[in-house]
Amino acid sequence: MTATTLPRTAAGPARLRWLLADSATIAGRSFAHIRQIPEKLFDVTLQPLMFVLLFSFVFGEVIAVPGGGDYKEYLIGGILVQTLAFGMMGPGVSMATDLGEGILDRFRSLPMLRPAFLLGHLTAEFAASVLAVAIMVLTGLIVGWRTDSSPAEAIGGFALTALLAVTTLWLGTLIGVIARSPDVVQGIAFLVIFPLTFIATTFVPITGLPDGLRQFAEYNPVSAWAAGLRTLFGNPTATPADAAWPLAHPVLSSVLWCVAILAVVVPLTLHAYRRRTTG
Amino acid sequence: MRAEIQDGIAIAAAGLGKRYGEQWALRDFDLEVPAGSVLGLLGHNGAGKTTAIRILTTLAQPTAGGASVAGCDVVAEPAPVRERIGLTSQAATVDGLLSASGNLEMIGRLYHLPRRVARERAAELLERLRLADTGDKLVRDFSGGMRRRLDLAASLVAAPPVLFLDEPTTGLDPESRNELWALLRTLVDDGTTVLLTTQYLEEADQLADRIVLLDHGEIAATGTPAQLKARHGGERIAVSVPAEAQLEVAAGALERVAAGAAEIDAEAALVSAPASESTRLIEVVRALDEAGVDATDVHRREATLDDVFLAITRSSERKEVPTQ
Repeated sequence: MTATTLPRTAAGPARLRWLLADSATIAGRSFAHIRQIPEKLFDVTLQPLMFVLLFSFVFGEVIAVPGGGDYKEYLIGGILVQTLAFGMMGPGVSMATDLGEGILDRFRSLPMLRPAFLLGHLTAEFAASVLAVAIMVLTGLIVGWRTDSSPAEAIGGFALTALLAVTTLWLGTLIGVIARSPDVVQGIAFLVIFPLTFIATTFVPITGLPDGLRQFAEYNPVSAWAAGLRTLFGNPTATPADAAWPLAHPVLSSVLWCVAILAVVVPLTLHAYRRRTTG
Repeated sequence: MRAEIQDGIAIAAAGLGKRYGEQWALRDFDLEVPAGSVLGLLGHNGAGKTTAIRILTTLAQPTAGGASVAGCDVVAEPAPVRERIGLTSQAATVDGLLSASGNLEMIGRLYHLPRRVARERAAELLERLRLADTGDKLVRDFSGGMRRRLDLAASLVAAPPVLFLDEPTTGLDPESRNELWALLRTLVDDGTTVLLTTQYLEEADQLADRIVLLDHGEIAATGTPAQLKARHGGERIAVSVPAEAQLEVAAGALERVAAGAAEIDAEAALVSAPASESTRLIEVVRALDEAGVDATDVHRREATLDDVFLAITRSSERKEVPTQ
């Protein structure tokens, strides 16, 4: 057997280089999985495509956007948020699957750098989110969605989309780390995502909602995110004049929601991950 | 021998312990494994074998004591330990959605081998473990035995000086098992230190230079296979009976003429007891006949590790009875 000389443990720049290399290796593993099971990508490819087409053609003609504007222009901001919210299932399921099997013992016995496992996972899932957003934007452009803001604002819109993607990916990772099995992740995700995305400005303006639900919708972060994206893309927001502060200042409150969620979820995830992987 | 292994000791543990809640899974575990030797960790399920391996491979933190592997402390410097070990756990630790070579290449990359070297290593190991034909197949389609072999290959990717194998031959057919034993012998000849756990006494007898017998988380006996056999047996007389009902009677009859207490192996329908120079087979047969035992076989033989194992684990069960 050829003797293989191993590189010595390094610090500083070499450590960073290895962290990136190890994360890339783990991300490469996720991409290889997708090659084996392409259905894994349905929720970030076919599903957003279907939603854009269904909502724009089924609801497009019957829903009037208060304050004027085209429903297709209104819709895209909401669908982007909804798809990214469903995107939390990807990291949740893959994390729960890996944690339920012996493979993590293998990884943990290797000299790969510790954070690389989570970083690699998140990198691969972020790539999937980018694909989903690209598909939605293209489909949107085909059905008639346009941005009506300055290029700087539009870029800000995509930056907020990216921040939102990172937020939901971490949320999904947390669910995956604390769930006992991949099936549980799907259950939890549906229970959280459906009410949050439907009692919000995602698909229909909230002006018609009964008391109680309307207040919930106004403070719902999903509403803020949808309105934030619409604002930055220059699309109609249909925000009532007497809307609560978060909805009246959607861009700022969107960013604040993301930062607040990340500030809680990231340390919680790392803590739960360490607890589950060190016996 | 590799430079980093000092004083010729590849694995050392002192007073190692691991407590889960009130229960000690491992306690007062002392160990010294010379480089280039094989240590067999023997015990029933739950005896503490896997706990010991998990601590020594940095997967679990000890509650008490300390250990070093390849000259590095497993708690204070886990990173260099991981660079110098290979681990094959009990559970399959290969990725079912990757090909065999994909698994090995990924592991090579995570050992920080250059891509080209990782690829060469993967090909070399697949060849060596007779998996070359299936290198491009998805691991989820592998049989249990192929998975085990790939798992072993995975632990050899970095040609580590110290190898940990947790029940490596469980689920292997006899042919694959013999191949694995042969492979381990070549690795040891090349200077690799091996710590393996097993429930099969024959495996420990075949491979291990020294044996540590674990029982309820504590070391019950240590020594070379020959020492253990000599200490707990020497020659024995074995009696096979056709029905389980005759086991107790046969044990009673045998004890009257043998040199010590009889052990019953119900699974094998076998009773055995230590023999001395003066023990005569004719007396054994007579005693059995008088007791009405219809023995199908009576013979004298060297003690096996099975006898040692039974004797030690039995006596600890007896000790426990009054406290429960």
